[in-house]
Amino acid sequence: MKAPGITHARSTSALLYLSGVSVSFDGFKALNNLSLLVEPGEMRAIIGPNGAGKTTMMDVITGKTRPDAGEVVFDGRADLTKLDEASIATLGIGRKFQKPTVFENHTVRDNLLLALAGMRSWYQLLTAAPSKAENNRLEEILSIIRMGPQQHMLGARLSHGQKQWLEIGMLLAQNPKLMLVDEPVAGMTDVETETTAQVLREVNKSHSVVVVEHDMSFVRALGVKVTVLHEGSTLAEGSLDQVSADPRVVEVYLGR
Amino acid sequence: MITRFLWQGMTRNLRLFVLLVLAVGILVPLSNLLLPPDSAFRMPSWAVQLVGKYLCYASLALAVDLVWGFCGILTLGHAAFFALGGYCMGMYLMRQIGTRGVYGNPILPDFMVFLNYKELPWFWHGFDSFWFAAPMIVLVPSVLALALGWFAFRSRVTGVYLSIITQAMTFALLLAFFRNDMGLGGNNGMTDFKDILGYSVQSDTTRAVLCFVSALALAIFLVISAAIVGSRFGKALTAVRDAESRMRFLGYRVERYKLFVFVLSAAMAGIAGALYVPQVGIINPGEFSPGNSIEAVLWVAVGGRGTLIGPVIGAFIVNFGKTYLTGALPEVWLFALGALFIVVTLLLPKGVVGLWTQVMNRSRERRARAAA
Repeated sequence: MKAPGITHARSTSALLYLSGVSVSFDGFKALNNLSLLVEPGEMRAIIGPNGAGKTTMMDVITGKTRPDAGEVVFDGRADLTKLDEASIATLGIGRKFQKPTVFENHTVRDNLLLALAGMRSWYQLLTAAPSKAENNRLEEILSIIRMGPQQHMLGARLSHGQKQWLEIGMLLAQNPKLMLVDEPVAGMTDVETETTAQVLREVNKSHSVVVVEHDMSFVRALGVKVTVLHEGSTLAEGSLDQVSADPRVVEVYLGR
Repeated sequence: MITRFLWQGMTRNLRLFVLLVLAVGILVPLSNLLLPPDSAFRMPSWAVQLVGKYLCYASLALAVDLVWGFCGILTLGHAAFFALGGYCMGMYLMRQIGTRGVYGNPILPDFMVFLNYKELPWFWHGFDSFWFAAPMIVLVPSVLALALGWFAFRSRVTGVYLSIITQAMTFALLLAFFRNDMGLGGNNGMTDFKDILGYSVQSDTTRAVLCFVSALALAIFLVISAAIVGSRFGKALTAVRDAESRMRFLGYRVERYKLFVFVLSAAMAGIAGALYVPQVGIINPGEFSPGNSIEAVLWVAVGGRGTLIGPVIGAFIVNFGKTYLTGALPEVWLFALGALFIVVTLLLPKGVVGLWTQVMNRSRERRARAAA
């Protein structure tokens, strides 16, 4: 590796900058000349039919998949195509996977405590009690994800929806610059979906977020700029009303 | 800070249990020393020795539980650390024999004279002093655990592969210690011990003190383990056990957590082994046999994996059964052991302690329902 993943080839004010990104698996073009710009502080919803390349895009951003071509720049300087998953995570990109994996034998509060940015060295943890600042931060996160009353419940006893919120909370606890949230409301009831939208709007007050989701009512509740993917590239971009009115979008996705 | 650290894991049940362990370690030897020989409450000398032995096994079980129950590392080689601690103690005890050996050589232990050694091998130097042997009892197992753990955890060897490596380690040591030219007594090992710190290992008083020290060691290990498990480190440790890759994702250096408990656990096993040797009066390569390590895992499973009290109870139950059955029906013991393994795996996933909690919870629910 040359200069450790930092490129000055392109300076951009965008938090996340994807340009001409292509990925193919055995000839199948999962991403085809995809471009995307996410501004600092923005929340963006990515929608698209199955196989549109949503998850592959997330994989490229987090370093799980290397693109065949194109540029992926984070924070105006870090070339993500040259970094591995761990370094990308340390740069400040946090990802919530589709399937929630919380620590089942730990309480909600301990789950968040483990995720909290900062203390990671084993000898510190042997004697450290949670500091006042950490406890305050835990309370704050618990109220954002609306799980204050459940904070002493074991992870294993949470409902599917609660696990998803805890995951979002754990992501929040790591305090990333950019949060990637993959299908947060899959398998949720309508009420839970509505709550999740509120939670993410609250998260967005302090963090930039990219949400991938199928659920249209959820995307509407988010009320943010939407990018429609189709066959690996951007089909349309704008408010949900704008993109819903686009005849191409109607044809590939909404009309069906 | 140390006291706060040590106190943080002590729940009420555990405090009571530590007191119970200490009470056994005090009352059993005292009854043997103080009560008249015809008293019904007097523990015979052999029973004191047996309790002392069980207490050492219980420490070994606790050491296994610390890595297996709380960190998910299924070690099948922990008896090796126990035996290494035992060998360090054995070397010290051999040097204490002096001219009282069969050959009367003031420097060389009997087996070396027998095998035509002309001088003491280099690694025997220093073992005539207890203050050299004592740190070695901790260091030798720890350094081996550090080396093995360093490579295994860094290369992310987990699950059954790690178990196989630990099993291979103890088997390799077994073969090595069987060799006469290792200079450690070959297949006969070391025995005929006379003194420890100037006191005869045969005397009732020495045995009583050794039994008490074994109980004290177990109590200290319980307190240390509880402190670790109850700390934030302990939360991280059980999280590593339940979802290792998730912890890596959160930025934890998982291998360092594993390495710390693995080394600590090996040191505990080493001390237990060192206390065991003067009480049974012999150490030989048989202690490295793979079956011993597996048996230690079984004690933990029977008592309750992932609890602190469980391994102690399991070690006592299984070893009491072993002592009884190998005396009464020697041919039955291995079948009983096998059956126990199946029964515990199928019916008691959380061991005796788990069963107890379950029964208690159920009766509490019943009482609550009756009250409602």
